[in-house]
Amino acid sequence: MIHFVLLVSRQGKVRLTKWYSPYAQKERSKVIRELSGVILNRGPKLCNFVEWRGYKVVYKRYASLYFCMCIDQEDNELEVLEIIHHYVEILDRYFGSVCELDLIFNFHKAYYILDELLIAGELQESSKKTVARIISAQDQLVEVAKEEASSISNIIAQATNR
Amino acid sequence: MSSSSTSIMDNLFQRSLEDLIKGFRLQLLGESNFISRAVEEIRREIKATDLSTKSTALHKLSYLAALHGVDMSWAAFHAVEVVSSSRFQHKRIGYQAITQSFNDQTSVMLLITNQVRKDLNSANEYEVSLALECLSRIGTHDLARDLTPEVFTLLGSSKSFVKKKAIGVVLRVFEKYHDAVKVCFKRLVENLETSDPQILSAVVGVFCELATKDPQSCLPLAPEFYKVLVDSRNNWVLIKVLKIFAKLALIEPRLGKKVAEPICEHMRRTVAKSLVFECVRTVVSSLSDNEAAVKLAVAKIREFLVEDDPNLKYLGLNALSIVAPKHLWAVLENKEVVVKAMSDEDPNVKLEALHLLMAMVNEDNVSEISRILMNYALKSDPLFCNEIIFSVLSACSRNAYEIIVDFDWYLSLLGEMARIPHCQRGEDIEHQLIDIGMRVRDARPQLVRVSWALLIDPALLGNLFLHPILSAAAWVSGEYVEFSKNPYETVEALLQPRTDLLPPSIKAIYIHSAFKVLVFCLGSYFSSQEPTSSSLAQESSSGSLLVNVFTHESILSLVNVIELGLGPLSGYHDVEVQERAKNVLGYISVIKQEIAEQLNLQDNETEASRVTAFMEDVFSEEFGPISATAQEKVCVPDGLELKENLGDLEEICGEHLKPVESDSVSYTDKISFSVSKLRIRDQQEATSSSSPPHEASSLLAEHRKRHGMYYLTSQKEDQDSNGTSSDYPLANELANEISQDSFNPKRKPNQSKPRPVVVKLDDGDESRITPQAKTNIQTANDDESLSRAIQSALLVKNKGKEKDRYEGNPNSGQQEKEESSRIENHQNSEKKKKKKKKKKGEGSSKHKSRRQNEVASASEQVIIPDFLL
Repeated sequence: MIHFVLLVSRQGKVRLTKWYSPYAQKERSKVIRELSGVILNRGPKLCNFVEWRGYKVVYKRYASLYFCMCIDQEDNELEVLEIIHHYVEILDRYFGSVCELDLIFNFHKAYYILDELLIAGELQESSKKTVARIISAQDQLVEVAKEEASSISNIIAQATNR
Repeated sequence: MSSSSTSIMDNLFQRSLEDLIKGFRLQLLGESNFISRAVEEIRREIKATDLSTKSTALHKLSYLAALHGVDMSWAAFHAVEVVSSSRFQHKRIGYQAITQSFNDQTSVMLLITNQVRKDLNSANEYEVSLALECLSRIGTHDLARDLTPEVFTLLGSSKSFVKKKAIGVVLRVFEKYHDAVKVCFKRLVENLETSDPQILSAVVGVFCELATKDPQSCLPLAPEFYKVLVDSRNNWVLIKVLKIFAKLALIEPRLGKKVAEPICEHMRRTVAKSLVFECVRTVVSSLSDNEAAVKLAVAKIREFLVEDDPNLKYLGLNALSIVAPKHLWAVLENKEVVVKAMSDEDPNVKLEALHLLMAMVNEDNVSEISRILMNYALKSDPLFCNEIIFSVLSACSRNAYEIIVDFDWYLSLLGEMARIPHCQRGEDIEHQLIDIGMRVRDARPQLVRVSWALLIDPALLGNLFLHPILSAAAWVSGEYVEFSKNPYETVEALLQPRTDLLPPSIKAIYIHSAFKVLVFCLGSYFSSQEPTSSSLAQESSSGSLLVNVFTHESILSLVNVIELGLGPLSGYHDVEVQERAKNVLGYISVIKQEIAEQLNLQDNETEASRVTAFMEDVFSEEFGPISATAQEKVCVPDGLELKENLGDLEEICGEHLKPVESDSVSYTDKISFSVSKLRIRDQQEATSSSSPPHEASSLLAEHRKRHGMYYLTSQKEDQDSNGTSSDYPLANELANEISQDSFNPKRKPNQSKPRPVVVKLDDGDESRITPQAKTNIQTANDDESLSRAIQSALLVKNKGKEKDRYEGNPNSGQQEKEESSRIENHQNSEKKKKKKKKKKGEGSSKHKSRRQNEVASASEQVIIPDFLL
């Protein structure tokens, strides 16, 4: 299973953290600091797998971001690399040529998309189209609600004036 | 109206998440100050009764917690409020916050049970999704228990989107509430037969985790997994199924034989590297007895190894490491690739290559491989250099140096390791130098030579990591001084000024070793002074050589060097060093005058020679390896009563204590008194045992005889090809060896000599260098309970199936017909009457099968359906 997902920029800034195994808040900070140090110091031509605390960390760099997933020793590293790539492709499709700024200002959407990809540390959807459809449907749900709220707000404003 | 107006105002002017993020990127206050102010603002906003305002505040807090480690546990109740909103946007924010921050200790956990239940029953599938995600992450025992019915219902949902998430949640629910297995397991298993690839992927993923924890419980489902293995073309699914079979095959070898062929077929067919690798790993870890499968897997490993892709190279080496223990030929076949990988720029690849090289090591190639590795160590970074050194030390010392035949070579290697600039394994080398000295008698001459070379080099004293090695070298030089060819230079090395760089504890060892060397030299000198008229011709020749080695001038010079070197240490700040220096100086003061004045050279009873003989006895005890359980083997002698009160000692030792209390007795007289008394007692014992007097060897024999119960006896006869006994040599034999060595100082080492005797204890003999094995600590009780729950559910599963059949469930009936047709290989249509009869027969067979399963379960054995065997 995947124990946690970590997105770190090349400068060590945290862009996303998702924990599927229990980690206390202090432990999370320690993990992030430790792993950032390990991964950011590895050269570009090295393999994408690192042994760490009895687990393995699979990481991949896309532009200025490192996508990291911590897995069990016996999990399939190449499979996890494909999951990471799968996630990046979905983000790219959703944001249109995704870049780090998109994730900075829409960090919550990166979470929503990740939640459609993984559950309990396991892959749950391998179809990019399905994930895109689900996210769009939920976005529409939110937009409809906003329009309704806006209408109510106008009515109240008029009533107040009168 | 007023309250509503205030709420609208708050909402309109509240800073949004985007505002917060922008502010964060532009802030000039310093990150921590900005965060503090933001949290303060959030604390105010989140108290608003308006859910829009509250949810926005909570959203900002989630951002700060996720990306900047801010504590958000204080907002737990607010998250519960937000999640109860009817608006999807609010609910989503609330669930994200809960998922992110709640744990088993969160005090408001109970408050969300009804809300989660409500959302699990929502008509909006996306709300159901939010609740399931939340449950999969924070589910407690209580939540799992209370919501099991909802999960059960959702496992049968007509919406694929909901069903696959419910399947994913099952893992958490089973883990927290074992009884859920009884409710949900049957439905979970039914999903194995789905045609929806996403559902199948989810359920196989769950079983993969379950099989990892408890393969025994999943064994009865082997036929279902086999069908997936053969029929599926989805790589995600196949990887998981392969992992399941890797677990099951370990506990049921017959199953391994069955699945080997389809796995090989996948290896041959697929172009997906991830699937190939999983096939390879399954074969080498769980089907290693299947020669054909292993050969194919090794061929695939070869393909990985020659790839330019560093990932594939690393995984190829990783797979070789797994296959190495049972199929070393696979590693040898790729030896060139492995050695080449030692030069890779990736530390991970180099480490795997190192492990593989160590797997190849045996007594025939250990010398060659060690040579290669030392070259790599010299040009590696400090981290990898020490990995190499550690690996060599571990491999060579395993099982009491089992693969080492030429100990002279190995000791030289240890000496070279010590000089590698980055070496930081000083303590391990220290331990092995001393350990080999104690276990391998034949290796002591070389050990002394290696130690001498280390001690003689003043440059090494400045290296902190080398201090433990120098400590061992010093100890060896003193303990086995009889093998030294340069005792004078050894003493000079032990007392050279730069030893001030050593910590006091090691410096003390240096001084003590110098003491031993001095005593040995003086003993030899005094022996050479004895009359030769009563000796045999051979002994006369030996005496002549000794005279040449230890002349009066050289002895006097040695004493002066020691006195000069230790004099300043009498005032040393460390009392251990100070005391040892004074001990040696005190000894010298006893003997020096006589030596200097050359008085009574022919008198065997001079005080100096008596004192020296005494000291030789003190140092004559032979060291050997100590069993970890040695202490327990000592029996309390019959009649011995251990009392708390030591007052009785005065009665026994009163006679001896008096001289010590007397001020009138001088230091010299005290020594004389003690030595004289010991001498008399020794003579008496020697006489009674009919042994020649004045023999150190007889003293040693007497000591062993009297205290034999404390010595360890080997429980098995350890003899080499010469039939030599493994008993330690007596001092007399050691003297003979010295003589022989003196006769042939330039003798060439015998390169084809057989392996020397290595003392090895039968139990409690553990190498200190062995790294601690990684052990996964699991709650055995919980796992056991979950295991029973699953096995119980399997019985229920069979019963349920039968019930469905008798109920005439149309869908189930259809499946049964299809299966029946496939199994029986019938392709003709049947009359209604015959179908009915056949169905009845199957029912009977199923009934028998169920009974057999119950019996098997009772005896804790699981029967594999004939389909697979």
